[in-house]
Amino acid sequence: MKPRSLVNIEDYDKEDILRIIETTEKFKKNPNRSLLKGKVCATLFFEPSTRTRLSFETAINRLEGRIVGFSDTATSSATKGESLRDTIMMVSNYTDLIIMRHHLEGSARYASEISQVPIINAGDGSNQHPTQTMLDIFSIYETQQTLENLTITIVGDLKYGRAVHSLIEGLSHFKPTFNFVAPDELKIPKKHKLFCDKKSIKYREFTNFSPEAINEADILYMTRVQRERFTDLMEYEKVKNIYVLRNDMLADSRENLKVLHPLPRVKEISPDVDDNPKAYYFEQARNGVYTRQAVICDLIGIDVES
Amino acid sequence: MSKALQVAALENGTVIDHIPPEQLFKVVSLLRLQYLNNRITIGNNLGSRKMGSKGIIKISDKFFEEDEINRIALVAPKVKLNIIRNYEVIEKKRVTLPDVLTGIVKCNNPKCITNNEPMKTKFDVIDKDRVILQCKYCEIKTDKEEIILSKGK
Repeated sequence: MKPRSLVNIEDYDKEDILRIIETTEKFKKNPNRSLLKGKVCATLFFEPSTRTRLSFETAINRLEGRIVGFSDTATSSATKGESLRDTIMMVSNYTDLIIMRHHLEGSARYASEISQVPIINAGDGSNQHPTQTMLDIFSIYETQQTLENLTITIVGDLKYGRAVHSLIEGLSHFKPTFNFVAPDELKIPKKHKLFCDKKSIKYREFTNFSPEAINEADILYMTRVQRERFTDLMEYEKVKNIYVLRNDMLADSRENLKVLHPLPRVKEISPDVDDNPKAYYFEQARNGVYTRQAVICDLIGIDVES
Repeated sequence: MSKALQVAALENGTVIDHIPPEQLFKVVSLLRLQYLNNRITIGNNLGSRKMGSKGIIKISDKFFEEDEINRIALVAPKVKLNIIRNYEVIEKKRVTLPDVLTGIVKCNNPKCITNNEPMKTKFDVIDKDRVILQCKYCEIKTDKEEIILSKGK
């Protein structure tokens, strides 16, 4: 039988998500445990991503596991023309778990069909990055003490942002209400609206970053509006400053509001927000390590005591 | 039109009838008929009361698996299949798209792993009536009009 892998956030049902959250809480209280002693994990980064790789490697190191792998293809056999299939066959013979990032979409699903050990998808092109979604969901849970019936305002690039699409899927089990705030060029794609309709999830769309969208939210999820996404640069110039969050805009927001961002941030959150206790994006990034500890142990089948 | 048969009768095998003429060679290719050694009769642009003109394929001593024959629903959903034994039609069937299509359709996403590795494509048929496919790997959807058959053997 094939081992279980985490390729897409849809591989997790509601129960899985709640179980990972519970384990993540345990790791947040005590991250240093020797649960991976004697285990070897591979980090195969066919495409460089320092932040994600360090987060995974920190998670493994804190569990006393060992790591093999590469951080870009220049140092891997893929440059010699080896197929992904052969690389995965070889590495799955050596290790207990494979964490991979690849620029080609669907690469992690394919790897999971070949591998004898669990695969964690750490990003396949613009397709999926499920541990990002899990750390987002954990941060929401942690700050709100629930996932049910929350209002989530998502701002910025809702067309191409894979973090946004996966977040919508991941939260769909918990009766959320979404406010989608984006310029016309980067509006939420129709298929995600159809997904919300199918799941009876309420949503509203805004083209202006209006006070209403901020003030009724429990979570304000900011994303980057990237210049390269625009076909018309005039359009970019028009909208680039509209979706910037400044501290004064949070004046009438809810007490429990927290501001999240998948990082890296460029200009969309002004630095004066950083000192506001509602800013949670750096803590959110820190949660990435604990979430990944939880996902790794869950896939390998290691019980985590409190 | 004379009563004479336009294509000779079959003793045993499969007749695929009412193929739209422009889809006939796609049907040949989808069923990989070029690799079969059986006796095959292909007729195209034959007169048809219902369709104006049609194509027909008769394959001797060949009885397809459901999954194999159902592929042709991709290009010719309205064909009729006649299963012949001893010159008699013992079964008439229609084709319906299977739930999964393996190695038949090309993914249109150039960044999909299936276009970059020596591997078979795999699609979930998410809407059989409108023929909408979703790549199992990159998850991109392909509509009927965008379908390109893969070149594999």
